[in-house]
Formats: sequence, C-alpha cells, structure tokens
Amino acid sequence: MDAFLSYGFLQRALFAGIFVALACAMLGVFLILRRDAMIGHGLAHVAFAGIAIGLLLNILPMTIALVVAVLSALGITALKEKAGLYGDTAIAIFSSVGFAVGVLVVTVSQGFNVDLFSYLFGDILTIDATEVALSICLAVAVVLIVFLNYQKFMYMTFDQESAKVSGVKVRQLDMLLSVLTAVTVVLGMKLVGILLVSALIVIPAAAGLQLASSFKQAIGFSSLISLISVVLGLFISFYLDFPASGSIVIISFFCFCLLFLVKQRR
Amino acid sequence: MNESSPLIEIKNVSFSYGHTKVLNNVTFPINRGDFLSLIGPNGSGKTTLIKIILGLLNPSKGEIKIMGKTVAEFNDWQKLGYVPQKATHIDPFFPVSVREVVKMGLGVQRSLPSFKKRNEAQIIWNALSRVGMENHLNWRIGKLSGGQQQRVFIARAIVNQPCLLFLDEPTTGVDSETQGHFYDMLDTLNKKESITIVLVTHDIGIVNRHVSRVACLNQSLEYHGTHEEFCQSEVFKKMLAEGHHIVSHRH
Repeated sequence: MDAFLSYGFLQRALFAGIFVALACAMLGVFLILRRDAMIGHGLAHVAFAGIAIGLLLNILPMTIALVVAVLSALGITALKEKAGLYGDTAIAIFSSVGFAVGVLVVTVSQGFNVDLFSYLFGDILTIDATEVALSICLAVAVVLIVFLNYQKFMYMTFDQESAKVSGVKVRQLDMLLSVLTAVTVVLGMKLVGILLVSALIVIPAAAGLQLASSFKQAIGFSSLISLISVVLGLFISFYLDFPASGSIVIISFFCFCLLFLVKQRR
Repeated sequence: MNESSPLIEIKNVSFSYGHTKVLNNVTFPINRGDFLSLIGPNGSGKTTLIKIILGLLNPSKGEIKIMGKTVAEFNDWQKLGYVPQKATHIDPFFPVSVREVVKMGLGVQRSLPSFKKRNEAQIIWNALSRVGMENHLNWRIGKLSGGQQQRVFIARAIVNQPCLLFLDEPTTGVDSETQGHFYDMLDTLNKKESITIVLVTHDIGIVNRHVSRVACLNQSLEYHGTHEEFCQSEVFKKMLAEGHHIVSHRH
C-alpha cells in the first residue's frame, strides 16, 4: 500500500480520479432518471472529433473537445425541443456525425498516433500536475453547481410540469445539465477514455439506484461506488499492470452486479 | 386587490392545438372560498384551461388574471398549489421519499442548506399530517398505494399554505371508497382551512356532496353557477342522458 501511495503519478491519478468520479456519479443519477443515460456516450463521440481537430491543428485538444462537447450538448437539447425528437434520436445524430468527423480528420492527418490512442482508452497515470489542478477545479465546479441546484434538478427530473408551475426555470436548467454533462465527459476522458467515459457516468449511478429509497441515498450510494471503482481500479492497475480505464469500469460493473443481487434477495 | 375580487378572472379565453380549437371564448371567475368543480367530456378543454391559468400554455385569445395580475406579471406562484393529471402515474422505482416529494413544494429558493432545517422539517410534517400521511415520511413514494400517493402530492401542493389549489382528475385509478375519503379531505381543506379549490373531474357525482360551484366546459362554457342550480339545469340533464360517468358517494 505504501508503494502504491508513494509514487507521484499515482497520487496525481488518485486525486484527479476521486474528484472526477464524484462529478460523474452525481450527474449519472440525474441522467439515468431523465432517461438520458446515453448522452455521455454521444458526447464522448463528439468530443473525439474535438480531440482529432485539436491534434491536427496542434491546439490544446482537450480544450477543443470541451468546446465541441458543450456546443453539441446544447445542440442536442435544442434538437429535442425544436425538432420534437426523442432524446436518444438527437443523441444518435450528434454521436454518429461527431465520430464520423473525427474519423475524417484522423484520416486527413494520415492515421492514428499514440496521442489519439491515449484519448480513446484513457491515460490517467500520465496526468501531470497542471491537468490534475484543472480536473479538480472543473470537477468541483460541476459538483458545486449540482449541489446548489439540487432541489430544482430533482424536482424537474421527478415532475417537470409541477416544477415549471412552481417557478423552476426548466428550460435553462435542462441546458445547464447538458453543459455540465459535456464538461464531465471531457473530464472523464482522461480517466477512462472516450470509449468508456459513458460507463463511468452510468454504471455507478445504476448501481446506486438499486438500493436507494430516496434521492439523497441515490446520490450517496452512486458517489461511494464511483469512488470505490476508481480507487480499486487504480490499485489493480498498479499491481496487476492492467489498464486503469478497463479496471475501473469492470470494478463498477461488479459493484452493480453485487447490489443488483442484494436487491433481488430483499 | 380586495377580498371580494375574484382570485382568478378568466376573460374570453380561446385556445387551439394547431387547427383544433379546444377552448372558445371562455369567461368566468373563480372566487375566494369556492370549491369549484370543472367538469366536461374528454377533449372539452378542462386541463388546457388549468394549464393556461398556471402559465404552462398561452391562450390564443383572451386574458387570465390571478389576484388582479396577468399571468406574465404574477410571480407569487407559491400561493397556488397544483396536483397535475396522472400525478400518480410515476415510475414506481423512482428513488424519492415522501419527505423529498413534499420538500419540492417548499419552493426553489430553499436549495441551500439552511439554518432553518428544523423549521423546514416541521413544515413538511405539518403538511403531511393535514392529509394523514405523517407516518410515511421516509417511505419511497413508489411503495405507496395510488390513494396514498395522491395525498402526498396534495401535501406537496399545500405545504406553502396556498390560497388556491388546482387538482386535475386526482382520483383516476383510485377505488371509490378511497375517493370518498379523499373528497372529505378536500372538503376540510376548503371549509376549515379556507383554501379555494378547483377540481377537474369527469365525476359529476361529486357535485352532489362537496362542491359549491360548477363550471361545465365543452370547448365553450356551457354552465357556471351553484351546484344546486346545476343539478336542476338542462346541461346536467343532458349530461345524464348522454351517459356521463356518475360515481356514487357516501352521504
């Protein structure tokens, strides 16, 4: 254990991972209950286009990915409202177009390189101090905004019509939630990669929902499971030389299975 | 606004969904202390009218005033309580407790943890005890029966001590005995706590027991007046002849 915690790269990975895990878990509960669980997957594909563009132009890929993801999140919300599409349809449109643009850009740049690979599968163990600080700041911002708007988010998730009547600005909060999801997806990309970030948002939240009998419990359990997944996943990655992203997601899936079985036995 | 002014003034309100006219030139007041039953067949515009009053829809013509102010000017929405149609058609696995549901009704300004937490808990308990659900604070809402859920939604609607309560077909899917208890509870809220109630219902049998006024809609306003006069009216006889649903209640 001392060896595990004595390495700087692991300490940085743990610090960043813990905060990102919390942000993913909190948002995941709202997204699942709003039936928007796939938005993380969709935005990750769109962020891939942003990363590819950033790498091609040699301009801060994560920043470009963040901008593209935020704009797409707002686009998905607008498409649902204006075109009357179901959420999953709007997500599918953006997701596939985003990934297609990414593939095009990668082809133009003449193939995959190591940089792109690390974005696809995550590379938390190479995170530097600046990236840790940025990840923590963004994650804290996400958690704080969710915390401050918790009652309103919960109300509109549970009963949108009554929430509107009581003065909740549902449309604006919808957009805010989409933006927070985009930020969290980009944060999570460093931890588990484009291909698995959706799992980090959805699986711990789905696990937490198995036993929760209140919204507070749902948030609490999801956060705990997300933290356990990240810490144990990094632990396994270090000692067994497994990829951190895969380890984290598989641990969270085991947690889901365990809690699912506990729920069935109740 | 003085005490004798109507709480809600509905003037020449019309509304269409696309080309389908749903409300045509509806005008009537809702006065303080009314227990108003808003009845009519399916598609008659009852729910649409409630949504227009609550600002969820904009009328294509006409005006609504709430306590003397237009819907756009009115911002004291906590004086109005609302139990929407199909309130109990919730996901039974949604992880929300009875306490959390009622707390939603406390209003959006209470999103920060507050030193008034003890007061908030008391307010929630009081609202639940008014509907007889104070022993279910920590129950998940999905574990309650339809009638119990409906009581919790009413607790949410009245937690801020509103002066006006809208209920849209609140007894759908609830057995007749529970309906009877439910209407007795609304009666108490109206007569003992002076809450003005607007109840959208298909059930014209309720006019025989609890309501003080009836508004009958079928795109246009076909009747508005006391329930005694309604029971003698041609509109009522026509509804009976057309076989509109009547449910018997305890007397």
